[in-house]
Amino acid sequence: MILHTVNKSPYRDNSFIECLRFIDEQASILLIEDGVYAAQSDTRFSLMLDQLGTAIRCYALAADTDARGLNDNLIERITLVDDLEFVELAARHQSVQSWF
Amino acid sequence: MKFSILVLGSPYSNQSVNTALRFAKAVVASEHSLYRVFFYHDAVQCGNALVTPPQDDVDIPAEWQQISETDTAELIVCIASALKRGVLDTTEAERYEKDSSNLADEFIISGLGQMVDATIHSDRVITFGP
Repeated sequence: MILHTVNKSPYRDNSFIECLRFIDEQASILLIEDGVYAAQSDTRFSLMLDQLGTAIRCYALAADTDARGLNDNLIERITLVDDLEFVELAARHQSVQSWF
Repeated sequence: MKFSILVLGSPYSNQSVNTALRFAKAVVASEHSLYRVFFYHDAVQCGNALVTPPQDDVDIPAEWQQISETDTAELIVCIASALKRGVLDTTEAERYEKDSSNLADEFIISGLGQMVDATIHSDRVITFGP
């Protein structure tokens, strides 16, 4: 029951790929800051998210997708959350692992 | 549920401090509480009272002070990180015979033990990396 957060663009950093190696069926992933670029549809990174087990929840911070103009171009798998929902996600998971 | 936050990034250099601030505000606004914020590495500049942003920019030290005032959250600045970056309270300024000190109100200079304590006494610790 780990919430993994990724804050780097997958195009310039390995943290997203590294994070995926440690994701199990109980885990969730939350993309924040430049990490939200991984959720942009029709990219090799969003394909990796789509191929994750169906039990794994994928989230992105709405303020960050909005700031980058990505809101109309995200894979369906992604659930957008606001800051309060980020806090609730952290509370609902046993621990939070930050990838940066 | 008690939250603590570890901040590592430099204010005004990348987004991480702003994300940490938004998260801290959300914790304070929620049913949960904020136990401690630990500023480590370049993040110690959040506690620099001489930070003077332009009027249309976020006053990051002031935003943290406001969180500490509205909640009981402690703002701890790592002593080793702070001293070498020129962030000193009056005690440290006297100890090292400096002309002045610049630690902002509400911030406390202390050691890594406070981070260990935060992991023990909080239900969740969230790291905001640079």
